[in-house]
Amino acid sequence: MALLEVRSVSKRFGGLTALDSVSFSVEEGEIRGLIGPNGAGKSTMFKNIAGFSRPTSGEVIFDGERITGMSPSQVAARGVVRTFQETTLFQELTVFENVLIGCHLEARVNVFKAVIGLDRRRRARVEHRTREVLAFMGLEERGDQLASELPLGSQRALALAIALASEPRLLLMDEPFAGMNPEETMRMMELTRKIRDSGITVVLVEHDMKAVMGLCDTITVLNFGTLLAQGSPADIRNDEKVIGAYLGGGVH
Amino acid sequence: MTERASPVRRLVNRHTVSIATLLAALSVLPYFLPYYLQDFLIFLTVNVLVVVSYRVVTLTGEWSLIHAVMMGVGAYGSAMLSKFAGVSFWLSMPFGGLVAAAVAAALCFPLFRMTQFYFLIGSFAAGEAIRLCWVHFIRPFGGTGGISGIPSPELGEIDFLDPIPYLHLATAIVAVCLALLYRVERSRIGLTLHAVHWKAPLAESVGIDTWRYRSLALIVGSFFVGVAGALKVHYIGTVTPNQFGIGFMVFILIWVIVGGYGTFYGAILGAVVLSILDELFRGFEQLRPALYGAILIIAIMFLPKGLESIPFKIRQWREVRRGHE
Repeated sequence: MALLEVRSVSKRFGGLTALDSVSFSVEEGEIRGLIGPNGAGKSTMFKNIAGFSRPTSGEVIFDGERITGMSPSQVAARGVVRTFQETTLFQELTVFENVLIGCHLEARVNVFKAVIGLDRRRRARVEHRTREVLAFMGLEERGDQLASELPLGSQRALALAIALASEPRLLLMDEPFAGMNPEETMRMMELTRKIRDSGITVVLVEHDMKAVMGLCDTITVLNFGTLLAQGSPADIRNDEKVIGAYLGGGVH
Repeated sequence: MTERASPVRRLVNRHTVSIATLLAALSVLPYFLPYYLQDFLIFLTVNVLVVVSYRVVTLTGEWSLIHAVMMGVGAYGSAMLSKFAGVSFWLSMPFGGLVAAAVAAALCFPLFRMTQFYFLIGSFAAGEAIRLCWVHFIRPFGGTGGISGIPSPELGEIDFLDPIPYLHLATAIVAVCLALLYRVERSRIGLTLHAVHWKAPLAESVGIDTWRYRSLALIVGSFFVGVAGALKVHYIGTVTPNQFGIGFMVFILIWVIVGGYGTFYGAILGAVVLSILDELFRGFEQLRPALYGAILIIAIMFLPKGLESIPFKIRQWREVRRGHE
């Protein structure tokens, strides 16, 4: 059974149809690319999966459970965690504290225990987990730095670290390569593979075709809110409908 | 990073000295002051707890206008329990805090369906509704006249009608409450509240239920301001609805804004400095509101980050001057 199943999801904003009965499924352990021209509905799809928006109709099934209509925190608690288009971090906190917040689900905080100081074991566990994640992302040397002081590449790595700290099973990455130079892109691709190899399924929305083609096992193409094509990178590269959509040609 | 706790501990140790000095000064000072200033010190101590408990609420980014009324809920709760049921102050005071916390918990559901401006207005309306209950339900709340003859605390031979022992009592209770609130802020809860404030979507995406944490902050803040309310009215002996109106709420806001809300001590600084200024202008009753207004405007214009930012500004100014030389 597929890990994530999107069943005829539609999203309308008044008269505008952003998603029109889109269905696809993602298998456990794959890296899936979600691409399409601007305004194709990729980000809307992400929002609807992660609980930031509710589909007008249709449903999203994660690991056999219906997650449509749940709040983002409830969706996250079930293992679906998203990252954001622009680098979204707690800029004024240290790298370590940023990841510590990500560990929220690992050990919930109890007011009384935290105040009396009975949460020592929990705190130790969370700090251990934080260090693990930082090491995994190659940020262990930067723990005490402020998030705002990091270079762009490391900020993105940190954003991923926050997401990983919450122990997702499915990671939704929204334009992870935007604004990166080739070297940073290479490093990010390696990290993404490493994340997948650690057992996390990855779905990413991306415009950088080279990265998408080099990284993804399967690619899903959206256009004007409908599913245009789906297949391996090689299939997609040679698909006439896809080429037409990107070049704005007359496929119709 | 295994020694992560140690810088915090060192910080506490460094502060312990200054805190101990402050407490010692507060316990000796009243003996050299006239009666009305001893009174003033008691209210000042209580108001410090009021602003610091308000800080917990503002940590999540939601500024409520119900804090003053929550103080009243604690005050009425404690006053009624001790007067009508004869329960001693030592039990009725925490009970007052619990009543305030319970009322806050009940209000969370409607209030946190709103955010920002709407939350502000909603919290004001909810607070006024509670306050008007005290005015209109003459039984059991006593109407505008409120409840008087609230028993003062009893402990051995100590006479708590005398301001000096009461000041010691208030200082001790407020110090304990501040220590607890400081721990809340410094624990992972404080970090989570910060996350809820600054990047709610990011916090949500890693599984933090922002609604729950906003509620938690309101409940914790209300508990401690409820205790403050009890402390105040068991000293005065009377509790009336007008003590907790929007006027007092505005004072709380001005203290916090003028003092600064970036650090734990900012609000305390605001409450202390402004209360002292207020006391100095005691003879010019007509001028006081205008004075407060002027201070607020000046603070917002020239010290938008509050009094707490003054040391930082001085350091900056010195560096600039050194740069010129």
